[in-house]
Amino acid sequence: MNATAQPAGRHPASGPDYQPVGDLRRLQLERLKAVLRRAYEGVAPYRRRLEDRGITPDHVRSLDDIVKLPFLEKNDLRDTYPFGLFASPLEEIVRLHASSGTTGKPIVVAYTREDLDVWTSVMVRSMLACGLHAGDIIQNAYGYGLFTGGLGAHYGAEALGATVIPASGGNTDRQIMMLKDFGVTAICSTPSYFLHLAERAQELGTPLRSLRLRAGVFGAEPWTDRLRQRIQDETGIRAYDIYGLSEIVGPGVGIECAGQCGLHLFEDHFYPEIVDPGTGDPLPDGEEGELVLTTLSKRAMPMIRYRTRDITALMTEPCACGRTLRRIRRIARRSDDMIIVRGVNVFPSQIESALLAAEGVLPHYQIVLTRRKGLDCLAVRVEVTPAMFDDKVGALEGLQAALSRAIENVLTIRADVELVAPHTLPRSEGKARRVIDQRADAD
Amino acid sequence: MTIKQLSVFLENKPGQLLAPCRILADAGLNIITLSLADTRQFGILRLIVREWEKARALLEAAGCVVKVTDVLALEVEDRPGGLADIVAALDKAGVNIEYMYAFAFGARGRALLVLRFADNAAALAALAAGAIPVVRESDLSDWPATCGAE
Repeated sequence: MNATAQPAGRHPASGPDYQPVGDLRRLQLERLKAVLRRAYEGVAPYRRRLEDRGITPDHVRSLDDIVKLPFLEKNDLRDTYPFGLFASPLEEIVRLHASSGTTGKPIVVAYTREDLDVWTSVMVRSMLACGLHAGDIIQNAYGYGLFTGGLGAHYGAEALGATVIPASGGNTDRQIMMLKDFGVTAICSTPSYFLHLAERAQELGTPLRSLRLRAGVFGAEPWTDRLRQRIQDETGIRAYDIYGLSEIVGPGVGIECAGQCGLHLFEDHFYPEIVDPGTGDPLPDGEEGELVLTTLSKRAMPMIRYRTRDITALMTEPCACGRTLRRIRRIARRSDDMIIVRGVNVFPSQIESALLAAEGVLPHYQIVLTRRKGLDCLAVRVEVTPAMFDDKVGALEGLQAALSRAIENVLTIRADVELVAPHTLPRSEGKARRVIDQRADAD
Repeated sequence: MTIKQLSVFLENKPGQLLAPCRILADAGLNIITLSLADTRQFGILRLIVREWEKARALLEAAGCVVKVTDVLALEVEDRPGGLADIVAALDKAGVNIEYMYAFAFGARGRALLVLRFADNAAALAALAAGAIPVVRESDLSDWPATCGAE
């Protein structure tokens, strides 16, 4: 079955993806006013921020007025940890998720029953856009747990009516066995894990090309068109990019359609703007800048003008698929120093706080990212100081292991620590030299 | 009774070992003995240098990370069992050896052991009890300043 065919009875062309733009804009404005009022009345820190600027919900009478509203950003979630930005009482919150913050504490996000239903609905729409349908057998290899990827894709695939295998991450050989034995037709995972899986499948003598697998919904980390081409050429599947972030909902904020040219944003729920990352001023459509998103229907934790730090541009040309939802270009890079390793957000400042806590002072360090057999590897080079240096090999190796553990505790992923000679790492040259990312070379 | 040993951190990459050797050579400092402990990723170069304070200053000025450790040097009798007897005396007293290395010293080629102990005081007591001679730092200055002269 090709990627764009839809089974009878589930044709979505009359659904929210295709509504006339005029209707869409009216809906957005109505929802924007409602979410603004909800945040103003229910989220004290946000109300204070509006009051400081002399703004009330009545000041927003058109979509353009959105620029009058202040931004929210990741540090605001950090500062209000854990529940300071909730608009619903805890009794109404049925789910919490968490993702990486810039320091040791995670970012907490919350969902009411209705929020989960919206999330599920955008995931269903995402999968339909990729040509998935009831009758597909979908293996979900996103990590299940606090990470929004696993449960988000799971609920979406289940609501779609597909047969869902909640594989989660890891156990690669078993995943390949299931792909083959269960006749899996579509997979959800990070693109780098899929690459790893493909290489292993080749080693085992069951290349993915020989299976019933026909599509993949890949996200949680940036990946290049070159990598997409490689995946499609080597495995014969169609590889679709899905976009999302926990602070907004999780995966399902945007999705590629059969055209695989830009990601349609579900802007009936997530209103997009592109702003200048330095000044915050809105940029004209088509110009590259920072994506800012406003949740139009979230109840538990409304996010108004949330700065994603992702750099992209809004594409206004109509898409051949007929969807009236605007597309963004695939995310090129970020405006902050966050990196994504195996789908997990990592901030250099987290590593700094781990080293500082372990050593008492911050040694000079450098982060090196490589890709081995498809999997991202994170290594931290640390310069040995006189205080750290012990004459016994065992003690020095013990130090290496202790630093590695300290970093892993904060990041939740493995980090190898390499001890290097003093004065060999670049000094304070900004983020460009602090992180060496060699992964693209492996694509 | 202890002898000063310098330890230098070496990253496991080309040129790392040459640098400290060249620094000491250029300053005319003689290395009495040394050992190189290795792991996959780094090495620790341990040196007994007569003028250790000068050596340390030069190495640190060149950017090396240097540690000074108090080690003991023992003379081993030149017969089978010489080493075993020493180790037995230490084992008997429950003294823990962290590491050791050996070298031949002086014109008569005395066999000397350098040992780092977890507890120098306990080690010295055990050695005295076993009548094992400990070599002093001053004994080592027998070694001529330039190689080859006797």
